[in-house]
Amino acid sequence: MGFAYFPHTDEDIRVMLDRIGLKSVDELYSDVPQNVIYKGEFDIPDAMSEMEVRRKIGDLASRNVRLKIFCGAGAYDHYSPAVIPAVISRSEYLTSYTPYQAEVSQGTLRYIFEFQTMMAELTGMDCSNASMYDGPTSAAEAALMTVACTRKKHRVLLSATLLPQVLEVVETYCRFHGVEVTEIPAADGVTDLGAVPQLLSGGDVAGVIVPGINRYGIIEDLTGLADAVHASKALLAVYSDPSALAVIRTPGEWGADIACGDAQSLGIPLNFGGPYLGFLCCRQEYVRKLPGRIAGETSDAEGRRCYVLTLQAREQHIRREKATSNICSNQSLMALYVTVYLSLMGPDGLRKVNSLSYGGAHYLHSRLLETGLFSEAFSRPFLKEFALRTSVPADRLQKVLLDNGYFGALSCGEDLVSFCVTENRTKEEIDDLVEAISKAFRPDDCLKGC
Amino acid sequence: MSKIEEGLLYSESHEWVKVEDGKAVIGISDFAQKSMGNIVYVDMPDEDDDIARNEDFGAVESVKAASDLIAPVSGTVTDRNEVLEDEPGLLNEDPYANWIIKVEMSDPSETESLMDAAAYKAFLDSQE
Amino acid sequence: MKYYDKLIFELSREGRSGYSLPEDRWDCHPDSLPDGLKRASALRLPQVSEPDVMRHYVNLSNMNFGVDTGFYPLGSCTMKYNPRINEETASLPGFSGLHPLQPADTVQGALQIYEDLSRCLCSLTGMAAFTLNPFAGAHGELTGLMVMRQYHISRGDMKRTKVIVPDSAHGTNPASAAVCGLEVVQVRSTPEGVIDIQDLKPLLDDTVAGIMMTNPNTLGLFETGIDEIEKSVHEAGGLLYYDGANMNALLGKVRPGDMGFDIMHLNLHKTFSTPHGGGGPGAGPVGVSARLARLLPSPAVSKREDGKLEMVAMPDGAGRISGFTGNFGVLVKAYTYILMLGRQNVKNVGPYAVLAANYVKESLKDKYKLPVNSLCKHEFVFDGLLETGDGHEVTTLDIAKRLLDYGFHAPTIYFPLLFHQSIMIEPTETESRETLDAFISVMRRIADEAAADPGLLKTAPHNTPVGRPDETSAATHPKLKYDFCQATKTGL
Repeated sequence: MGFAYFPHTDEDIRVMLDRIGLKSVDELYSDVPQNVIYKGEFDIPDAMSEMEVRRKIGDLASRNVRLKIFCGAGAYDHYSPAVIPAVISRSEYLTSYTPYQAEVSQGTLRYIFEFQTMMAELTGMDCSNASMYDGPTSAAEAALMTVACTRKKHRVLLSATLLPQVLEVVETYCRFHGVEVTEIPAADGVTDLGAVPQLLSGGDVAGVIVPGINRYGIIEDLTGLADAVHASKALLAVYSDPSALAVIRTPGEWGADIACGDAQSLGIPLNFGGPYLGFLCCRQEYVRKLPGRIAGETSDAEGRRCYVLTLQAREQHIRREKATSNICSNQSLMALYVTVYLSLMGPDGLRKVNSLSYGGAHYLHSRLLETGLFSEAFSRPFLKEFALRTSVPADRLQKVLLDNGYFGALSCGEDLVSFCVTENRTKEEIDDLVEAISKAFRPDDCLKGC
Repeated sequence: MSKIEEGLLYSESHEWVKVEDGKAVIGISDFAQKSMGNIVYVDMPDEDDDIARNEDFGAVESVKAASDLIAPVSGTVTDRNEVLEDEPGLLNEDPYANWIIKVEMSDPSETESLMDAAAYKAFLDSQE
Repeated sequence: MKYYDKLIFELSREGRSGYSLPEDRWDCHPDSLPDGLKRASALRLPQVSEPDVMRHYVNLSNMNFGVDTGFYPLGSCTMKYNPRINEETASLPGFSGLHPLQPADTVQGALQIYEDLSRCLCSLTGMAAFTLNPFAGAHGELTGLMVMRQYHISRGDMKRTKVIVPDSAHGTNPASAAVCGLEVVQVRSTPEGVIDIQDLKPLLDDTVAGIMMTNPNTLGLFETGIDEIEKSVHEAGGLLYYDGANMNALLGKVRPGDMGFDIMHLNLHKTFSTPHGGGGPGAGPVGVSARLARLLPSPAVSKREDGKLEMVAMPDGAGRISGFTGNFGVLVKAYTYILMLGRQNVKNVGPYAVLAANYVKESLKDKYKLPVNSLCKHEFVFDGLLETGDGHEVTTLDIAKRLLDYGFHAPTIYFPLLFHQSIMIEPTETESRETLDAFISVMRRIADEAAADPGLLKTAPHNTPVGRPDETSAATHPKLKYDFCQATKTGL
C-alpha cells in the first residue's frame, strides 16, 4: 500500500536503485555499522488515516477547558482579525525557507522590512531586527548585546519587577555566558530607581533592563534612568508590551538604547505559550551589534527596488567563535502575523484596542474593590493589567473563577493577585465574574483570615 | 597576486604599519582586502582608546565575512580614519593609501618583530 | 511570479482604516493617564482598508517560492512536503485559546500532546527524555550545550570548558558553544570527508566537555568511525552531542541513542514536516540519555499521583530557556505528522530520502565535481562544475541563480566551507522520480550552458521578479525601514 506523502512506486524504487547500482534499499545503509541499525519496533502508534488523526487530536483538544481569559502575565488575549489566518496560510509564505535567494523571496523580505518599520515606529527606536523567538529570549539577547556593545564590562542589572519568566531566562543565558546578574530591588511595586546609582558605581555594568509595564501591570516612571545609565557608559533596555506602546511612553522616549519584548500582544493567539514573537530594536549606533536577521532595501541591476537579508557578516556563521548570539532564524511567519495585524489596526485601531482594554480593566478594578474582598496593592497607574491585595487565598479565588468559566486571579506575590482585561472581554463577563466572587466569599471571611 | 608596498611593516594577520613622526599608522594589506571581498563596514576604536599588541582593536566586514583587526603594536589611538565610515570600499580600492587608525606607541620596539615587504612576501608565498 | 512594487505604507491614506472593533462604552480612557507616562510621538502605522491589506499581502506572496510552489533541494534544510492536516490540528480552538498559565487540570489535552510527542521522539531517537521547550534548532543546540555544561558542573568538574567541533560542522555549532561559554576546538576531516580520529585523540583531555557531531555529516557522509569516537570521548570523560539537523537521513533506520550520543536536538521543521514559515517558527526539542534527564530545562511535564499531568520546575536543571513551553503550536503539527506516518511508514522516511539523494548524485556526477565519490545519505555536496569554460569561470552562485530561472529553488551554496564551490543538494523523500528527473535534466542543461554561453549564467536569474540585488550597497549604507520623510517629500 502506498502512503500519501511518499510518491514512490515499486517501479520507481527499482529504477532508482539501478541507477545507483544497488539491489535493495537496505544497501543504502551498508556504510553504517550493523550494530547501530535499528531492528526493533518503534513505540509509536500504528499509521492512521487523516480522519482518524483528526479525531484523535480533536479529542485531545476537547480535553482542554476553554476559559474566558482575565489573565496576562506575558500572554494577552487580544482579538485576532479573520484576514490574518487567510494570509499566513498561503503556501508561498508558509512553506518557504529563510529568504536566502532574494530573487524568489521578495514577499518574505518585503513584509520583514515592513515589520521592522512598524516595530521601530512603535518602540521609538531607529531600527528593528526581523524578530526573535519570544519576549524572554529577546531580553536575554538584549542582555548579551549590551555586553557586546561595551568594552570589558560583564554585569547586567535586571529590575525585580520584570516578569518572572523574563528574569529566569535572562539569568540562565547570563550564567552560562559568564555575565553577572544583579537585581534592582522593587519598592512599592515599581523598580527602585534610587538604588540604581549605587549598583552602577562599580563601573562594570554593561546594561540595565527594566520593564515599561511591570509584572503588576504598573506603568513604570523611568524619569532620569537613561541619564544615570549612560553616565556610567552602560546601555538601557526597556522590556515592553508593544500593543500598549500605541498609548504609553515608548522606550525611545525614555531614552533607551534597546527595546525588547514579546509581540504576542499584537493579535497572536495564546496558543498555550507559543509560537509567539520576540522583538529587538535599537538605536542606529548599535545596529551592527543587533543579533538576528535583518532585511534591508537595495536595488537590482535594472534599478528595481528590492530587499535582501543584510548585515549578515555579524552573524555567528562568520565570527562564530566570538559569538554573543547564535540565533540564525526568526519567527518569520509570526512577524507576518503582526505586520498584517498592525496594517489592519492602523494607529486608530491600536489606540482603540488599548482604550477598550483600559476601560474594561479599570471597571473590573473598581468593581473588585467594591466587593470589600480586595484592597489597592500599589495605587499606581496601570493600563490593562493590575494587582490587588486580598486575604482570600489565590488558589481558592482561581477555583471559583474556573468553576464559572474564567481564568484570572493569578498569584503574583504574597497576598497579591493579578487580573487582566482586553477588548475581548465584555461588561457582562466582568459583571458575572465579580458576582461569582461576591457569591463565593464575604468580606467577613477575609477578616477571619481565611 | 597581491600587491605588497615597499617601506611598510607587516604582521602575520595582514595589517601594515608605517611609522610616521613616532606614531604608528595602521591599515590592512592588499592580500587582506582581496580575501575579504567588498568591504562594507570598518569597526574602529575611539580616539584615546588603548590597544594592545596581538589583541583585536576592531573589525572589517564584507557582505559575507567579518574579520578581526589585530593590533600589530600597543598604544593609544590618536586618530581614526572617519572617511571609512561612509566609504569603507576605499580599503578595496587602495588599501595602502587608506589607513585605519594612528597610534601613539607605548613600546616602539614592538615594530622590530614585524616583517618588512620581502619577509611578508615570503610569508604569503609560504601560506599558499 | 510577478513583480509588485508597493509597501503597505505607500497605500496609506489619512482617515482610512481596516479594523473592526466594538464601540467603546467605557467611561474612562488612557487619556487620563499622567502625561509623563503617555506616548507623545506620532504613530505612523499604515491607514488602509481590509481589502487593501488582503490584496497587498497576496501580491507580495506572489513573489515568494515555497515547497508547495516547486522542488526545493536546499541542503541541510530538509524541505519536505508540509501536510495541511498539521495546520488544521494546530489551529483547533481547543489549543489556540489556551493561556499558558492555565491550571494543569484545564490543559490536560495539551500536556498529553507534550507527553506523547516526547515519548514518540524518545522511541525514534533512542534517547530517554526530551524537553520540547527550545524554539529552533540553534536554540536546541544552546539548550543541549547548557545541559552538557550543567552535567560537568553538577559533578564538580569545573574545568571542562572545551567543546570539540569538526571543521565540517554547521556554523551554528561553534556559535552556540561560544554563547554557552564554551571554548571551541576544531577537529579536522580526512580526505574521505569524515572526522580524523587521529586528529581527535590528542584533543581529548580532562578539559573537554564534549564533542558536537552531525551524523551523517554536512557532506552527507555517515561517520563510519562513530564507535571508536564514542568510546574515546566517553573514556576521556566527555559527552557526545548529536546535531539533529541531518536526522532525516536516519529516521526509521538508525537512532542517535544507539550510537552512544548523550544529548541531541531535533528540528521539527525539518525532519517532522512542520513548515519553515519563511524562517520560523520551528521547534528544536532536546533529548538526553537517562543520566542527564534531571538536567533538562524548566518547566517539564510530569505525571501527578492522581495520574493527571502537570508542569513542574526542574531544580537540578540547566534553567529556564523559554517563556513557557516552547512553540506549542509547532509541537501539535509534528505530533500530527508522526500519527499520520505511524510505525509502518516512519521506517521509510530515511531510506527514501537517501534513495533520492543517491539517485540525483549518480545522475549528475559526470557533469559536476563530486569531491567524495561514495554512498551518501540524505544529501551530498558537489564542488562546482566538472569542467568550466575558459576565461568565463562559472561559479556556484551562477548555477544557483540559473536554477531559479527554470522554476527550481537553488540548493544550499558555499556550504560546507571545506570546498570553494560547494553545492549542497537534499531532495527529501516526498519528491517523485519525475520531479527528480526534471531537476536532473535542468542541472545537466545548465552545465552545458556554462560551456556554451557562460554570460547567460553570469547574469541569471532572468525570469524572476527581480534580478540579483546589490548586496554591497545594502550593507554599506543599510536602509532598514521605510523612510516616511522621503514619502512626504515626494507627495505620497
